[in-house]
Amino acid sequence: MSLRVLVGCKRVIDFAVKVRVRPDKKGVVTDGVKHSMNPFDEIAVEEAVRLKEKSIAGEIIAVSCGPQQCQETLRTALAMGADRAIHVDIPVKDYEALEPFHVSKILARLAKDEKADIVIVGKQAIDGDCNQTGQMTAAWLDWPQATFASKLEKGDDGTFTIAREVDGGSETIKVKLPAVVTVDLRLNEPRYATLPNIMKAKKKPLAKKTVAELGVDISPRVEILSVEEPPTRKAGEKVETVEDLVKKLKDLGVV
Amino acid sequence: MIPFGTGTGLEGGILPLRGGVTFNLMKMDQVVCVNADDFDGTVEPGVTRKTFNNYLRDLGLWFPVDPGADASLCGMAATSASGTNAVRYGTMRENILNLEVVLPDGRIMHTAGKGRRSRKTAAGYNLTNLFVGSEGTLGFITQATLRLYGVPEATVAAVCHFPSVRAAVEATVSILQACIPVARIEFLDEMQMKASIEYSKLQDLSELPTLFLEFNGSEKSLEEQAKAAGEIAVSHGGSEFKWAKEHSERNKLWAARHNALYAARSLAPNCKCIITDVAVPISRLPEIISATKDDIKKSELLATIVGHVGDGNFHACILADPNSTSDMDKMKELANRAAERALSMNGTCTGEHGVGIGKRHHLSKQLGDVTIDVLRSVKKMFDPKDLMNPGKVI
Repeated sequence: MSLRVLVGCKRVIDFAVKVRVRPDKKGVVTDGVKHSMNPFDEIAVEEAVRLKEKSIAGEIIAVSCGPQQCQETLRTALAMGADRAIHVDIPVKDYEALEPFHVSKILARLAKDEKADIVIVGKQAIDGDCNQTGQMTAAWLDWPQATFASKLEKGDDGTFTIAREVDGGSETIKVKLPAVVTVDLRLNEPRYATLPNIMKAKKKPLAKKTVAELGVDISPRVEILSVEEPPTRKAGEKVETVEDLVKKLKDLGVV
Repeated sequence: MIPFGTGTGLEGGILPLRGGVTFNLMKMDQVVCVNADDFDGTVEPGVTRKTFNNYLRDLGLWFPVDPGADASLCGMAATSASGTNAVRYGTMRENILNLEVVLPDGRIMHTAGKGRRSRKTAAGYNLTNLFVGSEGTLGFITQATLRLYGVPEATVAAVCHFPSVRAAVEATVSILQACIPVARIEFLDEMQMKASIEYSKLQDLSELPTLFLEFNGSEKSLEEQAKAAGEIAVSHGGSEFKWAKEHSERNKLWAARHNALYAARSLAPNCKCIITDVAVPISRLPEIISATKDDIKKSELLATIVGHVGDGNFHACILADPNSTSDMDKMKELANRAAERALSMNGTCTGEHGVGIGKRHHLSKQLGDVTIDVLRSVKKMFDPKDLMNPGKVI
């Protein structure tokens, strides 16, 4: 069994950055701000690389949709161990309105074209927090989906047994391939890209494609009316005794 | 005027002994620039070591000075910090190319010149290293230009148990003399192992004098290093190496090592603790650790020993009941004797924690009258009114 794995990697604002709303209130400031691979997608890439190290996967293809800078994210995936990358080039003006609905169509098309056996993506991106792309991709492909995966084990019969993080705890399911998997935090701890591997990654193949050649329509379906910062936190109040605390809570109508 | 970063220093450097104004610099938190091709990066005081390493991860670079705490990098410069990676990568002293400093008179100085970031220079007096370790007594460090390194291709950690403290330390000296480029080599005595196994929930390890090692490099060189080190360890009575290859397993080991103090304190929860920080020439290490252990035994106090044996630097965490004056006095005396012992062996009273308040009395003995006098003149020149962190270092 030598699986071909397609991994989705989104380029997002780095989690450590303090995000600022743009003056035109139509989005957040991205110019000059540090970006990196969506942390959940790093976990997806790591899992794919581990499958390859166990000789379960034979080839890993990393995909990213967006403007030119997405290639940096793909280079990181290649440095972590992906074999080749596909950059679906989307001009900046169209990128702002790109959503899971569009991305999932792109991933589904690529999964078919590249004859992938398994598609692995992060459960959600830390900018949109949509938690939709993996699920929609499975729907377009009519493939089973295993979402919020916290454990992945290959069975002898061409199936995967996957533990999922759910509200009540953990649910274990069995999926037949081909399938879509979305990964959660506890699945693994991603490796750091080493400098020698970053250098080697520069030589790995990176293909560029357009949505036109993939036959995907990315017309916007949503219009952003405004983006605002959350209201500034009001100062708290200190009380002297437990009785005072209970009284205040009662006054607020919360107990 | 007292600069404040993350407050993770161990020698009371941030305590305002004569009142004054504390300057919390943590809001100056920009990574000013990173030049990946040149292996250098510049940060402000609010950038901590872990934040910076996170920032660098996509570039395959890292800053290897690792004192354990997630300290401010500029604060680490001020205390000449070191850590578990010093045996291979050096301390802050060897890894700072330039500092932006605000002098007590308000002038802004760049110790190597504004924007300079060459890896080596012979231009003028080494003011950069004057400020490294100055512990806030000469000015405020507001930017540090750091030397960065590539994340190595492969890393592996190992644990080896020894029948005695002496055997473990002698094995360390042999490993260094064999020119094996160990990335980390740390010693934990049997008391520390007992504490850490319990506190950090380490599995499959024994309460014996132990070395935690780390090797990095290409896959091939890792095999060679590990084989050579393993043979040396066994020849000194060491056990077979227990390997930790996965990065989460390695992190667990090093976290346990860095939490040594908390683990030691958990042995006697209501006790106060003094941590010694002496360093001696490597060949004297077996002698000084044994002598310190004997001293501890005689005192009947609880203490653990942990150390950067690759640098000849070790820490004794000595615990005492704050309600017993005699125990507290014994604890302080033990710490003093450890420093004096190190001084008698051409060593230093502080390998990496700094002088702060508690070691000033050792400094004159360590440096001698002439040097101390020169230091006082330097301090006076920078800070004639003694406003910068008074009562520390000198």
